Amino acid sequence: MVRRHFPVAAFAGLIVAIQLATLFTGTPYYLTQLTMTAYYSLVVVGLCMLIGYAGQISLGHAGFFAIGGYVSAFLTTFDLQHHRGAFVSLLEKSGALVFRHDVYGGSLLTVHPWLACAAAILLTVAVAYLVGGPVLKLKGHYLAMATLGIGIIVYRIVLGTEFLGAADGISEVPGFPLPGGLLITGNASSRVSNYYLAWGIVILGMVLLLNLIRSRVGRALAAVHGAEDAAEAMGIPTARYKLHTFVLSAVFAAVAGVLLTHYNAGIGPSEAGVMKSVRYVAIVAIGGMANLWGALSMSLVLNYLSLRGYFGTYDDAVFGVILILIMLFAPDGLLRRHLLSDLKRMVSRNPAEEETP
Amino acid sequence: MLGGMTAVTLNHFLPLPLAIVLAVVLTMIIGAVIEILFIRWLYKPSVLRMVIITIGVSILVREIALHIWGEGVRALPYFTGSSVSSINLGGVYVSSQVLWVIGIGALAVASLTAFFNLTMLGRQMRACAANRDAARLCGIDAGNMVTLSFVLSAAIGAIGGAIVCPITYVQYDSGTPLAIKGFTVAILGGLGNSTAAVGAGMILGILESFSIWVLPTAYKEAISIAILLAILFFKPSGIFGSAEAARLKEF
Repeated sequence: MVRRHFPVAAFAGLIVAIQLATLFTGTPYYLTQLTMTAYYSLVVVGLCMLIGYAGQISLGHAGFFAIGGYVSAFLTTFDLQHHRGAFVSLLEKSGALVFRHDVYGGSLLTVHPWLACAAAILLTVAVAYLVGGPVLKLKGHYLAMATLGIGIIVYRIVLGTEFLGAADGISEVPGFPLPGGLLITGNASSRVSNYYLAWGIVILGMVLLLNLIRSRVGRALAAVHGAEDAAEAMGIPTARYKLHTFVLSAVFAAVAGVLLTHYNAGIGPSEAGVMKSVRYVAIVAIGGMANLWGALSMSLVLNYLSLRGYFGTYDDAVFGVILILIMLFAPDGLLRRHLLSDLKRMVSRNPAEEETP
Repeated sequence: MLGGMTAVTLNHFLPLPLAIVLAVVLTMIIGAVIEILFIRWLYKPSVLRMVIITIGVSILVREIALHIWGEGVRALPYFTGSSVSSINLGGVYVSSQVLWVIGIGALAVASLTAFFNLTMLGRQMRACAANRDAARLCGIDAGNMVTLSFVLSAAIGAIGGAIVCPITYVQYDSGTPLAIKGFTVAILGGLGNSTAAVGAGMILGILESFSIWVLPTAYKEAISIAILLAILFFKPSGIFGSAEAARLKEF
């Protein structure tokens, strides 16, 4: 086994160990929150790529999460039976639509989840490209405010649109079928399989990002982060790399939104809220900015604690405090990659200073 | 939000003018405390870092307000008259509170302009904004200026909160949209130009109010942000700002 595969294997081992622990302590219901944590972690690692490696902040990723979730939820719950036209029958013939029964036994004709997922990702890519171009030209606090603004626009639109359920959101979203008879759904009977599915997808995403960081693109991004003008002078198309990373992390958020919506069987406007975006950024910050594993492990711990309700009514305040403390004392992030070597240097420097008179 | 909320609470046992003055003073102190606790001691913080810290602080203030005042919607009584009385101005019936808002707003702008242009302190503050290091070389205490600017903007925010809250009401989370609107207006008018900001604020308010002709009311909030984005994308110097001046700033 190559050395760089070790963390992936270790993390997979941790996931198995957690499942076994819940099995032996008789607490399998924890797996539900852990599965939701997995999907939120997908957003976090995507955002970590953008913040840590491309050096661009986004306070609007909950917006992309919501675009993914809402498009998928709407398409898989909207009954097309009474909207029969040429386009609908064409879709029906090509197998893109499915008949199913709702909870009351009535029949529904809706878009197939896979097609809905594809539509959700396509829309996210389109939006991310459209706003990413001009947004990423901005720097510093203008970038932060612009992305925050995009998040709020999405929030306002889903909150104010009647067919998206307004303040109630969309419910009764069906499960997401996967090959091999698997189904992404919140049913207690498929809790274990869904837990592994979700974390499997996260690990898949991690491997993708880790390989990307090790590639030409990753090195280019590191150069952009270090010194954008110098990178530009070396012939790196900085704007294009930043935009592509932005779109990639938006897609991560949208996929997470689609899957969590199918898992929870619904989505509400709070998923698009500013607090969610701030929370993702806070987790990336505490995870060490340019440290995918740090972000992932912090996301696992903090999202889980938050979803289990350990923070009580102080939920938002906890993430606000985390953000303040990190930005005050460790603006490079807490679990940054060179933390160990930095600490070592600090320890070894002290005796050296004593020697010099 | 803090200004409105504290004024409402203080008004329970103080007369209205005194409650508002005290609320403004309290908010100024809170502004100073926030600056001293979170910003002042940082060594050359980047603007982005300060923005993220202040976003964190605003979440914290909001949560504290939620725990102190709960989710209830509150309001101050009208300064004169009541919510149903109105004043006839040449055939147009205007609520008296609207006149208070316009009057006090105009007074605030006028005194700010005077402060920045006529007093030594105001000029020192502008020098810091233009070039911190050069200002420091001239013997200006830049750290104190930043604290003062926090106090000043906290005061103006609190005054604003107190005078509009009879009309718009105030709630624990009514601060966030206002903060974004404030940022939009500041950008729209060109940063550091308070007279232009007034014009920009009027344009934004009118656009937002008339947007309900073509779009559902629920999208009203999104309008001001869409305008913010459009300005940032196409004319980051603001509609009244000069392009040359903007080029000197980092966008």
